[in-house]
Amino acid sequence: MLRFVGRRALLAIPLLLAIIILMFSMLHLIPGDPVQALVGDYPVPPAYRQAIETKYRLNDPFLVQVGNYLANVAQGDFGFSYQNQRNVLDLILERAPRTMLLASVSFALAIPLGMAIGIAAGTSRRPGVDKFWTTTALIVYAIPTFWLGQLLVMLLALRLGWFPTQGIGPLISRTQGFAWLLEKLRYLALPVLAFGIHEGMRIARIMRASVIDTLSQGYIITARAKGLSRGRIIRSHVMRNSSLPLVTIAGYAFGSALGGAVLLETVFTWPGLGLLLVDSIRLRDNMTVIGVVIFSALAVIAMNLIVDLLYAALDPRIRTTR
Amino acid sequence: MSLSPLLDVRDLKVHLRLGPNVVKAIDGVDFRIMPGECVGIVGESGSGKSTMARAITRLMPNVNIAELSGELSFEGQDILAMPDGALRALRRGRGFSMIFQDPLGYLNPTQRVGRQIEEALSCDSSRGSNRNRVHTLLDEVGLPDPANVARRYPHELSGGMRQRVMIAIALASDPQLLFADEPTTALDATVQLQVLQTLYRLHKERNMAMAIITHDLGVVAELCDRVYVMRAGKVIESAETVRLFEHPQQDYSRRLIELSTRRLPRELQA
Ligand SMILES: Nc1ncnc2c1ncn2[C@@H]1O[C@H](COP(=O)(O)OP(=O)(O)OP(=O)(O)O)[C@@H](O)[C@H]1O
Ligand SMILES: [Mg+2]
Repeated sequence: MLRFVGRRALLAIPLLLAIIILMFSMLHLIPGDPVQALVGDYPVPPAYRQAIETKYRLNDPFLVQVGNYLANVAQGDFGFSYQNQRNVLDLILERAPRTMLLASVSFALAIPLGMAIGIAAGTSRRPGVDKFWTTTALIVYAIPTFWLGQLLVMLLALRLGWFPTQGIGPLISRTQGFAWLLEKLRYLALPVLAFGIHEGMRIARIMRASVIDTLSQGYIITARAKGLSRGRIIRSHVMRNSSLPLVTIAGYAFGSALGGAVLLETVFTWPGLGLLLVDSIRLRDNMTVIGVVIFSALAVIAMNLIVDLLYAALDPRIRTTR
Repeated sequence: MSLSPLLDVRDLKVHLRLGPNVVKAIDGVDFRIMPGECVGIVGESGSGKSTMARAITRLMPNVNIAELSGELSFEGQDILAMPDGALRALRRGRGFSMIFQDPLGYLNPTQRVGRQIEEALSCDSSRGSNRNRVHTLLDEVGLPDPANVARRYPHELSGGMRQRVMIAIALASDPQLLFADEPTTALDATVQLQVLQTLYRLHKERNMAMAIITHDLGVVAELCDRVYVMRAGKVIESAETVRLFEHPQQDYSRRLIELSTRRLPRELQA
């Protein structure tokens, strides 16, 4: 088991290195002066140019530059955002928890929602029920999140006025304790609904297929032969076994959600990593772009590792076959 | 031996609707088992042996395309018309059970085998006593160190051990009738013999009726009181084992016997 984890972790390292190197090379791929590319649309003060050139060893061979950059990143130095006049790492650490909050709550909604629909559709003996859920899930899944978000804003925020249209909170908040939490939740509600419903439909589709596959397995016949009730069979033999593919797919989706939901955060002006990335790209703040992308990659890789662990915990066959 | 049959099947038909076609997998079969009797079901591949066993035990995998008709009575109760609840009660206690050819696929890979056996026990009692019953069952089917086996997952056991676990599951409800669908086909020769000997011992000890589906007429000759010979969804011949071997009425049966006597396993004659 430990060996399994160790091997997976080791495999992740070259991947991460490759991403960092690739992102750093981007500086040289951008036409023109790399220092200008780091600073964005500002005139570069000569002293600053000097500092950057020394720090990133821009006058040394490429390999030295890369090695130097890797060493910086390893020390948590993702560079300085000229645009924001702040360290990129600080920016990321400020934004990441918001994205994490959005992703976690959305998936906390999506997973039970998707599983419930998938199980209802997959186990139903009436073809109509299955068809209804399958069609619904397909149609809703086909709606892009940003559009679904806009629809929710128009209906629940503009028309009914239940929720704010955007942001993570009022400019000045005087609430405390429980009222503060409630206020937070009102701001969280719409992006979470949009994201959660979308991911929920994806999960529902996977879950349905998996449930149908599980139901065709021999051990379901054994369970029937034991005289177990339908509900009991579903609870103790279908649910866990058909969740296995779900762990992988939902886990990877969650991993990439941690890197920022670009469209959704833009629609709701949710100041997370996704919005930071969009803004940085627009302002050509490449230092930040590189930092955010590396952070996202890290999130995806870490999540994949967790998925592997979770999978091993759920499927005893993985544990013994290393 | 009582005179009324434990299981009485008349004119059983299983028709599978496959799109526009209807496959007559079982086409009018009569089948009878007396209490405590052991019968063999033989026939070529595709003759409908498994389908018949699954129709009788109401364990069809393809329920939505299968059409069952005929009379199926177990201890005088009509099992075709039986509501689900009553059928479940019959499976949970003193009814019928079934074991399958591929024990790995028929055991849940994510659960310890002890739990899978416990789940099949005829009635729920306290945890401790359930565990004891599981251990007793594992011991009864010939598995050494039951406490250890109960904690294992199916993939951690050998093929023979898995099939013994399947047998323990089937016996957990203390059935009066056990269907064994090619219980040893997936095992190697020596293990086959041991598992069959175990099945036979349990059949005798528990006075449990047994229907063994097999390709191996040697097994039938050794274990079974009577034989049904199936072909193309029909029973073409049924007789006492000795009678069938000495005076087969059908060419088909004669050929089956000739084919099998050439390699009748010596060991079984012990
Ligand atoms: N799902 C299905 N679709 C189509 N045909 C089927 C299906 N299930 C069973 N059959 C048909 O039913 C017939 C009986 O099959 P069955 O599995 O009962 O045979 P068998 O005697 O058990 O064979 P074997 O010795 O190979 O196990 C076969 O002709 C098979 O083609
Ligand atoms: Mg068969």
